Amino acid sequence: MTKAVRPEQTRYKTSDLVDFVIVGSGAAGGVLAKELSTNGFSVVVLEQGPYLHESDFSHDEIKVLQEDLLTNHPKLQPTTFRKTPQDKAKTQRTLVYGRAVGGTSNHFTANFWRFHEIDFKERSKIGTVPGSTLADWPISYADLEPYYTKVEWEVGVSGLANASPFDPPRSQPYPMPPLPVKANGVIFERAARKLGWNPFPAPMAILSQPRAGRSACVNCGFCLAFGCEVKAKSSSLASMIPIAEKSGKCEIRPNSYVHKIEIDERGRASGAVYFDEKKNIHLQKAKAVILSANGAETPRLLRLSTSSKFPDGLANSSGCVGKNLMFNTAAVSVGVFDEQTNDYKGYAVSRILHDFYELDAEKVGFHGGGGLDARFDMTPIGFGFGGLPPGSPRWGKDFKAALAHNWSRTFEIFGHGTSLPVKDNGFDLDSDVKDAWGLPALRMTYKDHPDDLKLAHWLADRSIELLDAAGAKQKWTFPIDEQQFGVHLLGTCRMGDDPKTSVINSDHQTHDVKNLFLCDGSSLVTSGRGQPTMTIMALAFRAADRITALAKRGDLKA
Amino acid sequence: MITELDRRKFLSRGAAALGATWTAAHWPAVLAAAEHAHKAATSAEPEKFEFFTPAEAKEVQALASCIIPSDGTPGAREAGVVYFIDRALVTFSTDDQRTYREGLPGIQKRLKELFPGATVFSSATAEQQEAVLQSLDEVGAKNPPRRPRANFLPGSTAQPLFEVLRAHTIAGFLIDPDADRKGNRGGVGWAVIGRDPGHSFQPPFSAIDKDYPGWHPAPSSKDASTK
Repeated sequence: MTKAVRPEQTRYKTSDLVDFVIVGSGAAGGVLAKELSTNGFSVVVLEQGPYLHESDFSHDEIKVLQEDLLTNHPKLQPTTFRKTPQDKAKTQRTLVYGRAVGGTSNHFTANFWRFHEIDFKERSKIGTVPGSTLADWPISYADLEPYYTKVEWEVGVSGLANASPFDPPRSQPYPMPPLPVKANGVIFERAARKLGWNPFPAPMAILSQPRAGRSACVNCGFCLAFGCEVKAKSSSLASMIPIAEKSGKCEIRPNSYVHKIEIDERGRASGAVYFDEKKNIHLQKAKAVILSANGAETPRLLRLSTSSKFPDGLANSSGCVGKNLMFNTAAVSVGVFDEQTNDYKGYAVSRILHDFYELDAEKVGFHGGGGLDARFDMTPIGFGFGGLPPGSPRWGKDFKAALAHNWSRTFEIFGHGTSLPVKDNGFDLDSDVKDAWGLPALRMTYKDHPDDLKLAHWLADRSIELLDAAGAKQKWTFPIDEQQFGVHLLGTCRMGDDPKTSVINSDHQTHDVKNLFLCDGSSLVTSGRGQPTMTIMALAFRAADRITALAKRGDLKA
Repeated sequence: MITELDRRKFLSRGAAALGATWTAAHWPAVLAAAEHAHKAATSAEPEKFEFFTPAEAKEVQALASCIIPSDGTPGAREAGVVYFIDRALVTFSTDDQRTYREGLPGIQKRLKELFPGATVFSSATAEQQEAVLQSLDEVGAKNPPRRPRANFLPGSTAQPLFEVLRAHTIAGFLIDPDADRKGNRGGVGWAVIGRDPGHSFQPPFSAIDKDYPGWHPAPSSKDASTK
């Protein structure tokens, strides 16, 4: 396959003492690489996956979903699952994350809600929740607001400012108008208004207009789970990595699987140890190390980096590394309509609502809140497997007729909500199962807080109410079960002022190792209401400012 | 049906929407990739099978045709599903080879149990074939809802042949015809379900969004500017 023409790349030797080594090139790693390199620092980004380009992307569902073109490989990287620490874990696929330059931002749906004020101070507002380690953030919405704006303008978000009465304050409008409305958005908007709710155009990290040498969305319909061939989706790969490389100060090194953070005799990070494509081991030396490897691999890497000084894993004096995992509660309902909606065309989501962002626990009987969106994110084969109503024929002419009728008349109402942090939920190492490099596998322990399951049912009830108001001819909700599988990997190295109950401070600096920083989904203290990537990117822009200030003050010098 | 014209349309519409800088730098590579995929998909079909014996292929063809029949519109047969499955078994579904090799005789056995006079599935009557599939489909009318997610194919010998065959038939009927998988020949699967060919669309996408008057704040909604 022909490769896109690329500019000469900056290269560093592993023996070069670079300013920063960043592990991971996704939503956080890409932003940090761009910010730090354009601030004049030398940066090496170590990405475990390959460096794919737009011409490598594909609409072949087998290649993308079954063969994991863009994502972690269950055979090379097995994972195990158990509900509680008392159970024996079994091998099963527990998570999907991006494994290529650009990380999960290559294949995300691109819902880019900001978190609201409440997400940063919910513990203070509602008090303790039994069974949960709910905590306030050490920063507020106001601290992050300028960086949300930066994401919208620099990475590229389409939307309409102040369209939702529940939106938090903002300093700037969106840089681009919302994407063209879809039929599911029109139906959602009409039905929601009938019910007295407040639908509004979805903020999406997809370009509605050409921008910065990137195309506007061409509505191909292969969005969630797929890479964007025209750079309309605002992945790190499309938006940040090219600027980092252009700075002449940043090397993106793909196929580099980091498995240990090197620590010197004074307990400072001195580099990252990784396997190259041929499984040869290298040490990239650096003055400071930043982990942006995602909410599963960042804590795993810390747990793998044991030493006499850090016997329980690096930066783990709190015992919080890998704990407090949150996925976001999800409930998916489906409606079939008489009229054709053709929602397979275009991106996934055009209308959402936030009326249920802060629910009154006294009234509903649980803590939490969420939002609803209208979407069609099924691909043709996926639809053939699971898109028809329960009880539908599974083969023969009636099956074929149902596929033919429903494909262009079906869409989903997706309820997204809070996950309450629970101490025992998280990732650690399973020494009984090894990956293809001989390293202990990721073991996930997870049992939903009971309030999360109540919230899922509550949101599904609202979705069905909405589908009724919309005149859906058939409607159902996919089963709401205890979660054993996640794609939002949040909270596993949480931020906080107290070194006893958190892993990093508000500068993303680990409490235990001064020149080691963590920035990705693991940094989040609360889950928000379902769409974390916008906040992960905003945190990364803010972290870059904080780290730059520390470096300039000389605080990171050995 | 996906035609040369549709493919050109995708390419030219895509180009029209692109920023000039990006086009200049990257368009040739994207174009080359699309050409490559198209060529691979439309190259002359060798009638040789990579995994199946001719006799097995005949039975798989007949079974797939029961799952998605050719009943006035194209079915699994026209979409070339048997070639898709044959290729699958030597590429991404090698784990399922045994399921087919050992499962196909089981289906013949079931046919003879139900219809002692019958010989092979492919030459049984439509009623007999339907009865055999009915007896193999253990999920049947219960068909519980299951949200499709990544890694959707069975890919393990734990699944009975009927389930693997059903999944492969659906995948072979609905795969992107430009993928190098030998399925959905000529885009007939997409045509049957009403998915327009191509990979680039312009709004309006349907009569519903065509008539949308544009977004206005709801009269009842709180004025955001007072916040």
